[in-house]
Amino acid sequence: MPIKVQCQECGGMIAVPDDALPGEIVSCPDCGTEYEVVSVDPKAGRAELKPAEEVKEDWGE
Amino acid sequence: MANSLSILTDRLRWEEKALYTAALNMGLSASIVDVKSSSIDISDESTLPAEVRDSDVVLQRCVSHYRGLYYTAVLERFGRRVINSFMTSLMTGNKLLTSLELVKRGIPTPRTYVSFSDESAVEFMERHGYPMVVKPVVGSWGRMVTRVDDRDDANTLVEFRRMLQDPTYQVYYLQEYVRRPPRDLRAVVVGDDVVAAEYRYQPPDDWRTNIARGGRAEPVSLKGHDREIVLKAAEAVGGGVLGVDAMETEDGLLVHEVNGGVEFHGVTHATGVDVATKIIEYARSVAKR
Repeated sequence: MPIKVQCQECGGMIAVPDDALPGEIVSCPDCGTEYEVVSVDPKAGRAELKPAEEVKEDWGE
Repeated sequence: MANSLSILTDRLRWEEKALYTAALNMGLSASIVDVKSSSIDISDESTLPAEVRDSDVVLQRCVSHYRGLYYTAVLERFGRRVINSFMTSLMTGNKLLTSLELVKRGIPTPRTYVSFSDESAVEFMERHGYPMVVKPVVGSWGRMVTRVDDRDDANTLVEFRRMLQDPTYQVYYLQEYVRRPPRDLRAVVVGDDVVAAEYRYQPPDDWRTNIARGGRAEPVSLKGHDREIVLKAAEAVGGGVLGVDAMETEDGLLVHEVNGGVEFHGVTHATGVDVATKIIEYARSVAKR
């Protein structure tokens, strides 16, 4: 069951998979803001997110 | 016996999850380490993250070139085995260094030039003739890769680059524009093997073929001379886990890029090859050496 977290930007609901790993990126379906998963606690139905870093010049392959 | 591995990341993508799963499936002890939360005393190995300290081999998979490069420098200083090595990351993170090595070894590659100021770049393009391709020396996903068709384009590009104030933009990496089919070749090299390859077709609204730009992929089996060229290109940058990009011309393949942080989601999907498992097998063999 995905865990719902409210988007800080627009108030939309972000569905965080309950098997998400820390560091994984999720995005708000309404505004597209990206968040990085800090932790997931499926038992408590809680997930902690922080704003993801923005793409930088040296990012890539 | 190599049985523990850590994966360094700064943004967990499909690839890093696939590597982690593949390692666990092979019975290895695996961990994912976010380099963003690291601060290391470079004279004290005990300040490395515990998972890294306990690893037989480290897979460096940062999306940021500089983060990955410098983290690797620190780990190699402590005698750790890192894939890719510092030298490979340095070479592949810089298109000019890659080209210099390809040319030195006689590996077919587009004719490449370098200019060291805005003025000399424009003056050179005028003299050489258009179109020309201008790329940042550091950068990926086709970002800021520009086809310059005339003097107006050249002046506009120079103006943009000046405004970006990135010191590497003073160095102009210029390449002949190669007339090729509307696709290029991406081969994934792991150690001394080409494990998967695909044609990448350019999207209808772009001349670049990067999958990050919306190109589509088709599997291809590389044989004979083409395979040899790809493997030589990988060797030229120091070897490891690499994405070699080449264009087809009447005279054969031209290698135009070697990527050190290869993304393999697309090629896995296109070819059905389990690239992640191939990489983990290679990492295990490197750790045993």
